[in-house]
Amino acid sequence: MPGLSHRLQGWAERRLPALTRYRRPESLPIELHRRRIYIVPTGFGLGFSVLLLVMLVGALNYNNNAALLLTCLLGAASAASMLVAFRSIDGLRLEQVRAGHAVAGESIELTFTLQSGRPRSAIRLDLGDAGAAFAMDGRAAALVKLALPTEFRGWLSLPRLRLWSSWPLGMFRAWSWLHPTQSVLVWPRPELSGPTPRAAADDARHMRLHRGEELATLRDYQAGDPQRHVAWKASARHDSLLVKDFEQPQSQPQWQLDWRQLHGLSDEARIARLARWLNEAQQQRRSFSLWLPGNEIGSGSGALHYARCMDALACLP
Amino acid sequence: MTPVAVRRPAAATVGQRSFDLLSLSMAFVLAVNAAHLPWWLSLALAFALGWRWWQRRQRTGRVPRWIKLPLLALLTLAVIAQYGNLFGRAPGTALAIGLLILKLLETETSRDVRVAVGFTCFTLMTALLFDQGLLSTVVVALGLLPALATLRALEPAQAPTSMPRSLLAPLALLAAALPLALLAFLLVPRLSTPLWGAPSQDQARSGLSDHMSPGGFIELLTDDHPAMRVSFDGAPPPPDQRYFRAYVMARYDGVSWTYRDVANLPPAALVVAHAVQYHVRLLPTQQHVLPTLDVPIAAPAGASMRRDRVVMAATPVDDALTYTLSSATQYELEPQLGEHRRRWLQLPAGFNPRTLALGRSWRQRYGNDDAAIVRAALALFHDGGFRYTLAPAPLGRDAMDDFLFDTREGFCEHYSSAFTVLMRAAGIPARVVTGYQGGYWNKLGDYLLVRNSDAHAWSEVWLAGRGWVRVDPTAAVRPERVSLGAAAAAGDQLGWYHRDWLQDFRNRWDVVNRWWDQAVTGFDALRQRSLLTPFGIRDTDTTTLGVLLAIGTTLFIAIGLAWALLRRQSRDPLRQALRELERKLARRRLARHVGEGPQHYLSRAARALPSQREELAALTRRYLDLRYAHDEAPPESVHVFRRAVRDFRVKNVVK
Repeated sequence: MPGLSHRLQGWAERRLPALTRYRRPESLPIELHRRRIYIVPTGFGLGFSVLLLVMLVGALNYNNNAALLLTCLLGAASAASMLVAFRSIDGLRLEQVRAGHAVAGESIELTFTLQSGRPRSAIRLDLGDAGAAFAMDGRAAALVKLALPTEFRGWLSLPRLRLWSSWPLGMFRAWSWLHPTQSVLVWPRPELSGPTPRAAADDARHMRLHRGEELATLRDYQAGDPQRHVAWKASARHDSLLVKDFEQPQSQPQWQLDWRQLHGLSDEARIARLARWLNEAQQQRRSFSLWLPGNEIGSGSGALHYARCMDALACLP
Repeated sequence: MTPVAVRRPAAATVGQRSFDLLSLSMAFVLAVNAAHLPWWLSLALAFALGWRWWQRRQRTGRVPRWIKLPLLALLTLAVIAQYGNLFGRAPGTALAIGLLILKLLETETSRDVRVAVGFTCFTLMTALLFDQGLLSTVVVALGLLPALATLRALEPAQAPTSMPRSLLAPLALLAAALPLALLAFLLVPRLSTPLWGAPSQDQARSGLSDHMSPGGFIELLTDDHPAMRVSFDGAPPPPDQRYFRAYVMARYDGVSWTYRDVANLPPAALVVAHAVQYHVRLLPTQQHVLPTLDVPIAAPAGASMRRDRVVMAATPVDDALTYTLSSATQYELEPQLGEHRRRWLQLPAGFNPRTLALGRSWRQRYGNDDAAIVRAALALFHDGGFRYTLAPAPLGRDAMDDFLFDTREGFCEHYSSAFTVLMRAAGIPARVVTGYQGGYWNKLGDYLLVRNSDAHAWSEVWLAGRGWVRVDPTAAVRPERVSLGAAAAAGDQLGWYHRDWLQDFRNRWDVVNRWWDQAVTGFDALRQRSLLTPFGIRDTDTTTLGVLLAIGTTLFIAIGLAWALLRRQSRDPLRQALRELERKLARRRLARHVGEGPQHYLSRAARALPSQREELAALTRRYLDLRYAHDEAPPESVHVFRRAVRDFRVKNVVK
């Protein structure tokens, strides 16, 4: 059956663009309004209306006006709940979507920012099989986190989201499709194992000292040390001057990761290997540089640098 | 729609709040239905409910099947044992409520809760099958609150609220739904004939019956439900003349008096001296008899008059019935007795020898003066040490002998019965009449409220030249019974709820019940057809009602939609001012594009309107300053900006 309904849906989107207009991607922010909110009774709503019908016929047959009044009240309240359901998602704005980081095959965490001018309850956002429910207090934006499964590296455009609510009685479901034009970047999946990079930078030239940021040790003064590095307080308790030493020999050699060195591999294999090396470099806190066709990233370290390199890898054709 | 997820969010167990609310709704259902369930069943169900509630607080999970199934069997057996079958109003209700409580035992998921709530609404309605008074309707309608609150509590992700608040939350929804509900109530076409069998009244309230034995009324005399409401054209008769005849009983078998319904005899002759016209709203009695004030002149439509001017309806009064009658209050009934005389002198052989002897002795003493014999009997009751009480000593086989010469205490049945036997023994044609006497005159509503406790029995004797004359021997013993009513006569013998002030309040409050009865309960197919009479439509048929209902519903839907679509404008005055400016410029085809910032937009406008470039540039500057230079723009400056926008006029440009 899913196949059939998929085909039906495809047909509807082709043939009835007006009806399905809002299923096409649109730019953020998306505000829900009456022309794109649909309401259908839920299964419970249908069952309840059958019950109301039974109560109505019973009350009419037994000429029992009090029971009829009760039935009418219940029926009118159910009907009014339809409007409440509509109102609970009407005017809601999807402001932005932020994506986390994930490699292909894992789920990527999306954070949706929704804004509303008044308090709302029991709103649900579905993304494929994942769903989340949230309430809004009318002032602060609601941040909804959902996981989106990924398959391949590269840009992944967001699928259609469904925003719905069956507030307040669960008899009617008001829903609307959201299809933001946004895409999220999925990083390549690193290979599981393989050789370490040829350490072109293993020679002593690269064992240079670099100035760390933290105080490493105190050592005796040598001629030529800058005065502002002298540890005056510590020196006062010693015979000789002590100097704060900020410099440390770099513990790990720098890696120069280069696309061109990986001969004899397919593009994807090269990307997977580079991704693994990037991961290892990041784990070992090495600094590294990356050369890719059309993109050269200089030496650096840290999460931001790592993310930049991974992004570049992900974006390769 | 895309195939939605195989995910089943409903399968999760429901939270404590939903379950508490559901238990509360069920407790409510049980409470409103308790009045017509056997007490032991109510108690057992309340226990089951409480136990399940407590049990689930300890640990969530369904009650195992080996507990549920025996309980189900037990319930069915209990209902059959009590009522004899499973169908019909009372057993059906008992079974439905029992099943509802059992449903709670297996309620875990939100689907269960929803089913249970639907069933709760249904069983709330069954309470109204037994009592459709104003109070019970309001109470039952209040039962919708916990039921709807339960449904609300099922929805995920809500702002946390306290229990009372969540209980009151559906009130707004119900209030908003009330107008539509009333409209539907007015216009839903009523059935003039039921689709299937009308409910059999298997648990009839005790009413007047067609036989009477001393002591048989006692249930009726302590039942203060309204029996009927009477309004008069003109002044009501004085309290001691408010006798409503129902049955005229001729036959006495030593134990009880009985009324024999003979249909095809013409009514006895009646000479009317003074007549009163009045309207009776008779509440359901499940009997044919229609009580009438004194002697009716003619039967109302749908009823016929028997020989002794007893009015019988063609069908039992299962629903409240309104009828209009004329009655003679001063009259001569059956001036000539003819061959029927023997019927009114019948006495069972071998009963009450002392009473018969007393009657015969009076005949010997007073000769042909029937009136003197009547006076002698009344004097006996008045001076013979008789006492009026609702709890008389039991009587033996010769009941009248025991009463007259031994116990000397009783109420109207005893007195009328003994009096009639005495008269017959003395050779005066006499009979027992039962009906209602007295009632409460409600000044606010201008009507007479007659309760079941106003049931009364008296006698009629036939005197030559006067016909049948009403004699109330109870009045000789306890005049208050006739002049002040049953409650006054009973004094402290009735329950606490018959205290004066409370009784008085209940009598006054009855005007509301009457209004409810007229406006709601009595709004039947007939009244509905004449709904549009004020607008010149004599007969509103089903089609018209349907059209009206459709129109009205559409109207309400439009109002509801207007509310639903209402969007409150943002309260940011600066934004409003900019909007106003945008509107002014948009009239010159300078609408702001989507995604265009105010600076770009206004400079584009300035380019398009060169004559006002300076003005627009100043506005832009001021706006940007207000918007971005402060965390919160100073109100005075915003005010100045708004005024500038208001004064801004787009001049006509020739391009």
